[in-house]
Amino acid sequence: MSQRIGPSSTLKISLGVAMTIATQLGGFLRRPEAGAFLGLLAVLIFFGAFGGLSFLQIAGMASWLNVAATLGVIAIPVGLLMIAGELDISVGAMVPAGAMSVAIISGYWGLPIYFGIIATLAFGVLVGLINGLMVVRTAVPSLIVTLGSLFAVQGIVLGLSVLVTKSTSVALKTEGVAKAVFGDFIFGQFQVMCVWWIIITAVYVYFVHFSRYGNWIFAMGGDKVSARNAGIPTERLTVTLFVLSSTSATFVGICQAILYNSAQVAGGQSFIFNAIIAVVVGGVLLTGGFGSVVGIFFGTITFAIVTQGIYYTDFDRNWSSLIIGILLLVAVLMNNTFRKMALTYAPRRK
Amino acid sequence: MRPPILKLNNISKHFGPIDVLHDISLEVRSGEVLCLLGDNGAGKSTLIKILAGAHIPSSGTIEMDGEVVAFKTPRDAANRGIATVHQFGGTFPLMSIGRSFFVGVEPTRNVGPLRIFDRKRANEIAVAAVRDFGITRIDDGDRLVGGLSGGERQALAIARAVHFGARILILDEPTAALGVKEAAHVLRIVLEARKRGLAVVFITHQVMHAMTVGDHYAVLIRGAKAADFKKGEMTREEITDLMAGGEAMAGLEAQIASHTGHGREASNPAESDNVTKNEVRHEDRA
Repeated sequence: MSQRIGPSSTLKISLGVAMTIATQLGGFLRRPEAGAFLGLLAVLIFFGAFGGLSFLQIAGMASWLNVAATLGVIAIPVGLLMIAGELDISVGAMVPAGAMSVAIISGYWGLPIYFGIIATLAFGVLVGLINGLMVVRTAVPSLIVTLGSLFAVQGIVLGLSVLVTKSTSVALKTEGVAKAVFGDFIFGQFQVMCVWWIIITAVYVYFVHFSRYGNWIFAMGGDKVSARNAGIPTERLTVTLFVLSSTSATFVGICQAILYNSAQVAGGQSFIFNAIIAVVVGGVLLTGGFGSVVGIFFGTITFAIVTQGIYYTDFDRNWSSLIIGILLLVAVLMNNTFRKMALTYAPRRK
Repeated sequence: MRPPILKLNNISKHFGPIDVLHDISLEVRSGEVLCLLGDNGAGKSTLIKILAGAHIPSSGTIEMDGEVVAFKTPRDAANRGIATVHQFGGTFPLMSIGRSFFVGVEPTRNVGPLRIFDRKRANEIAVAAVRDFGITRIDDGDRLVGGLSGGERQALAIARAVHFGARILILDEPTAALGVKEAAHVLRIVLEARKRGLAVVFITHQVMHAMTVGDHYAVLIRGAKAADFKKGEMTREEITDLMAGGEAMAGLEAQIASHTGHGREASNPAESDNVTKNEVRHEDRA
């Protein structure tokens, strides 16, 4: 008996190890961020093959990290809203609104920069409150509500800017700590936004995946009525998420105005689709109830590498939209597959 | 006999000019299964929505433990220990078992200054609660609810209700979408809940299932209580005839039910026709 145990148990152990690896791989694939991670890998390999690895060197990294950081700060709250079953496209107007407000208050009028920042963030909170309350109180889908506020805010920004400054572009000179904290370069290349992005992502990861509030967001996106019946303050949570997304967008606007020393009325529209692409590539289910912050993080990086990586290849950069389109479709199909795997998963009988 | 835990006195409900429920009186006792029978559109859903606090009755009163109560929201009813489990379990398909079990009452533990969701404990409690009801196939709390079978989801929802102190369990057509074997599982869970002293209101239009678990029966026809009787006082044929109100459908339904032991197999075109037609009518009512 005892002689037999030796070899067979070694076999069993190695089988066990192989199965553990397989289980862990399977476990990874069932996670919402699996698609985003594989997408990132694919994009890295693609651009590595066609453009060499220069986009992974400091200068190259800075080019896409700056894009990713600016987008990422907005993409995460937009993604959380999507997980909760809502959509916020007014962020496209809130970025230039944030930039113009702070530039007018602290640049044109010359008030202290911190006053400008706080007043501008307060404007973001206000628009978020209006969006959230309208979605909660009326039965109008959030896409339509925020489409309305997108245009309304654009109108306000253009109208007020021309009325006050008789111009669509305002200069803003910032010095000292405010410049260093909100709109400067680290090592001459990385925007401070990169640091903000990482800190903010970490905070979101805690709240969404480790605190109990994250559970509420997923429950709300899964089945709003059941969630409310289970005692979750769905209305307050929805309003909070809208406030987060519009305030994050104004924050990005503020930082851009401080970074570039000026603000323009135009621009910002690209954030709408870019944020949604980053979120969906990141594995968030468009209809809500499924997704992860880490997935959105990877999705944002993937998106940024595609938009910037093209400059490091011999391709005409006009093709980058084609790559983004294909990336989006492949990512969605892949995420669907992984979600099905997660749904049908049952542990093997022991 | 024990006093009823829940008592409906002459409950009526109308939506505008449409009379949906008319003068319903019922008694629900702990450790008893009350089967609420009726064809689609008979007013069963409206009645349970009143019990669950989703609708306010137009007239009549609800008594709990002998005192008159008024549920304004589903929350009020839930706080009183009334839990409703819907046909598909009413849970979140893309959440894990542990997470969905504790939605709204997540257990947390402290890690340094942070309070984090205690996934391990949530999973353990959820799995144990479900296994307690005899569903031993569930052993991993990280599985997604959407991956469970219909019966397992029902079991999860019932176990959740019981775990959080439900005294009255309202089961809305729990076996309607299930296969024969799955339905048998759910019926066993219903009996287990009764054994634990819960009052169960079991809504169904499948007489066979009602006969298996019921102690007490009430038949609704077009919004009125047509019969109220105890186990053994009526045969299955009598109940079926009563439910269908003597329509031609009654014979057919009983025939199919006696063939398969399960009246809702879609293989019979006549039967599925019947279901569709009735569901349309049902939606008109709701």
